[in-house]
Amino acid sequence: MIGQFSLWPPQASSVAWQVDALYIFILAVTILTSLAVYFAIVYFAVKYKRKSEDEIPEQIEGHLPLEIAWSIIPLGIMLVMFGWGAKLFFDLTRPPAEALNFNIVGKQWMWKMQHPTGKREINELHVPMGQPIKLTMTSEDVVHSFFIPAFRTKFDVVPGRYTTSWFEPTKAGEYHIFCTQYCGTRHAQMIGRVVVMEPAQYEQWLKTGSVNASAANETPEVAGARLFQEQRCVTCHQTNGLMAPVLNGVFGKPVQLQGGATIVMDESYIRESLLDPTAKIVNGYQPNMPTFQGQISEEQILQLIAYIKSLSSAAGGQAAATKPAEEQPTNTPPAGG
Amino acid sequence: MSAVPIPRQSETPGLEMPRQHYLNAGYSIKSWLLTLDHKRIAILYLISVSAFFVMGALFAGMIRLELLTPQGDLLEAETYNKMFTMHGVIMIFFVLIPSIPAILGNFLIPLMIGARDVAFPRLNLLSWYVFMTGGVFLMTAAIFGGVDTGWTFYTPYSSVYSNTNVMLAGMGAFTAGFSSILTGLNFIVTIHTMRAPGMTWFRLPLFIWAHYATSLIQVLATPVIAMTLVLMMLERSLHLGIFDPNLGGDPVLFQHLFWFYSHPAVYIMILPGMGVISEIIACFTRRRIFGYSFVAFSSLGIAIIGFFVWGHHLFVSSQSVYAGMAFSLITFLVAVPSAIKTFNWTATMYKASISYESPMVFAFGFLGLFVIGGVTGLFLGAIGLDVHMHDTYFVVAHFHYIMVGGEIMAFLGALHFWWPKMFGRKYPEGWAILAAALVFIGFNLTFFPQFLVGYLGMPRRYHTYPAEFQLFNVLSTAGASILGVGYLLPFFYLPWSIRFGQVAGPNPWRAKGLEWQVQSPPLTENFEQTPIVTEEAYEYSHLEAKVV
Repeated sequence: MIGQFSLWPPQASSVAWQVDALYIFILAVTILTSLAVYFAIVYFAVKYKRKSEDEIPEQIEGHLPLEIAWSIIPLGIMLVMFGWGAKLFFDLTRPPAEALNFNIVGKQWMWKMQHPTGKREINELHVPMGQPIKLTMTSEDVVHSFFIPAFRTKFDVVPGRYTTSWFEPTKAGEYHIFCTQYCGTRHAQMIGRVVVMEPAQYEQWLKTGSVNASAANETPEVAGARLFQEQRCVTCHQTNGLMAPVLNGVFGKPVQLQGGATIVMDESYIRESLLDPTAKIVNGYQPNMPTFQGQISEEQILQLIAYIKSLSSAAGGQAAATKPAEEQPTNTPPAGG
Repeated sequence: MSAVPIPRQSETPGLEMPRQHYLNAGYSIKSWLLTLDHKRIAILYLISVSAFFVMGALFAGMIRLELLTPQGDLLEAETYNKMFTMHGVIMIFFVLIPSIPAILGNFLIPLMIGARDVAFPRLNLLSWYVFMTGGVFLMTAAIFGGVDTGWTFYTPYSSVYSNTNVMLAGMGAFTAGFSSILTGLNFIVTIHTMRAPGMTWFRLPLFIWAHYATSLIQVLATPVIAMTLVLMMLERSLHLGIFDPNLGGDPVLFQHLFWFYSHPAVYIMILPGMGVISEIIACFTRRRIFGYSFVAFSSLGIAIIGFFVWGHHLFVSSQSVYAGMAFSLITFLVAVPSAIKTFNWTATMYKASISYESPMVFAFGFLGLFVIGGVTGLFLGAIGLDVHMHDTYFVVAHFHYIMVGGEIMAFLGALHFWWPKMFGRKYPEGWAILAAALVFIGFNLTFFPQFLVGYLGMPRRYHTYPAEFQLFNVLSTAGASILGVGYLLPFFYLPWSIRFGQVAGPNPWRAKGLEWQVQSPPLTENFEQTPIVTEEAYEYSHLEAKVV
């Protein structure tokens, strides 16, 4: 734990060091002032300790020049802090004209992101380095807040209106995304990561959905397992079944739907659920799965089906064992670059 | 008043409890529950606020235990959210706001200005019953499943999405607010109309000035939170579209209305504490407070400017960029009067005669923590920096330094300072100093690491968190256990002293002020005859007798 000690998060955006500079300025001023006050208190407390039971000290009413001095000087210093902070805020709220627009939609309890190309992601945001990026954000339900500590950017995500935020990533790596406006039960799980990539890598990622060049040699089950992670299906389809149905051991078995009907969990139902998720909702769950229409190819749907099948077969355990390490996103957050 | 040197207490074994006082004026339950005596009403508040404090602290303890590890292993997410909500609602509305005004203000304001009681004794008793009714609503909400909105009740989560007892908890805060309004009203009228002959405005103790400023805020701001909570409850029950965008409402409007009360409410919580510190420092330095009128007017300055800074809670909420900048500027302005007070308290100690009895030790603790709480507000007031810090643990640490480090420390100081007046006996001094030390050390260990983990980005109200934040959370939980012991100690030695403590006499600290000229505990009527005031507050150029 000690090895991870640091005073600020990674500086991974163009404004990060500017924010830290103001932080350090105010830190220096306040530490000096506080130490001066503490020193005076301790010095007086020791020096003017009561000498005798009946001691009567000299009475001083006050000192007008002193009162004026210790009102005006702090005010002056604080106006510097105000001006600096206001300038910084102006920069933080004015995206450059050439910024790429990404759309962010918050809902209990996930982030849905869309790239300018139309590519969608959940709880993950891949961005090219050195490119100013503007976020246009709104919420489907309550107020959320989109916070990337490594970029020093945060803005509330408000239902019924659009808010914007922007950043220019300057350092490749993976960084936290946090929801910082309390939004209900699983507020602490409304987290994700932003992946800053070299522009060329980002282009490849946009085309293939993967930076993994050896993806071609995978079996359908392994490719499906990887997609299950990359498309963040795992965020909701966890083994606790709180947000969405558990997929282990259900393939080929009947499933109770809302309204009382029953359907067998087969290839067609999985495909329909991916492309038109609200068509047939499993009993006991909310219709909150986003569509993957146009996001994944028929080939990838088949790979996902193969993976879900494997979760119900004898070899299910083996397939699960080959899943990538980031299986439990809530417990193993990305390390900051 | 006597200027004659007075023998030490150890040389006066003849001190005895007065034969008649407000405590033995009646022993029946009715004599307490239907009392109109401001001092007995203060005791009713002392007991009920202490009970709420224990509850709020237990919730805090559960929160800190859960956060010992990054995983959610002790509490379910839903339970955790209910715990921090109950912690916040109880501590804000049922502990911090009533603590000093309703307990010590009630007890001391009539005594300090030379009055027999407050202006409206029946209203005073009513405000306690209103307060307890609010408490019953809240406890009912807690027992029947709890509430999970956070003490801020942000919409549309509270008005549409939460499946918990929002209505009951909202009614609790709404009702408790009326108690606060009635108490404030009572104090304003009392201070205006019931001062003894010769007690001019500029002879008033600074405790009275602080309570006057506090009462103004209570009367002017509290109705706004009442209306806001009613609107939220109307939307929840009748689907009246006010805050929910699906019904044509505006969720950010709620935040404006909420903070229009809740930021001034911060000053309802801290101003009385500042008044207490002025009294304690004057007594234990034997000095009039340096720059009396600056300290007095800075209270009013804080009360007035404090009404115009609410928007600094909405820097990233989508309010206009220029509104944000204006609120940032005014936020820096409101920091100036607090700085003036701190500098004047420090200057009061220059060439003074300082003794270190337990109330003064608590006052030192207050200064140490309040300075940190104050300067960390400057980080959050700088709008560009607040974008990063907003809703992180930095904010949590900042307001705990002011609210708990400042206000609760001042409350404990006040309780120790006036305890001999309230009950006629002294508590064991060594235990009191130990408690003050444990609170100071435990508090810093609990909350200082939260500044660091906050700047690293840990959001507030998180039930689970990334493993890299664990070190800070372990320190914080360790500190909380020390803090808990510090807070627990007075629950033993103070009640013990009511029966077994050394008899204090009317003025054990040789302090100035009318309240020290009457017997301890005072008579029900306070004064046998109306006192006539001939000197300014803190006239320490001649000493008071320890025993009259």
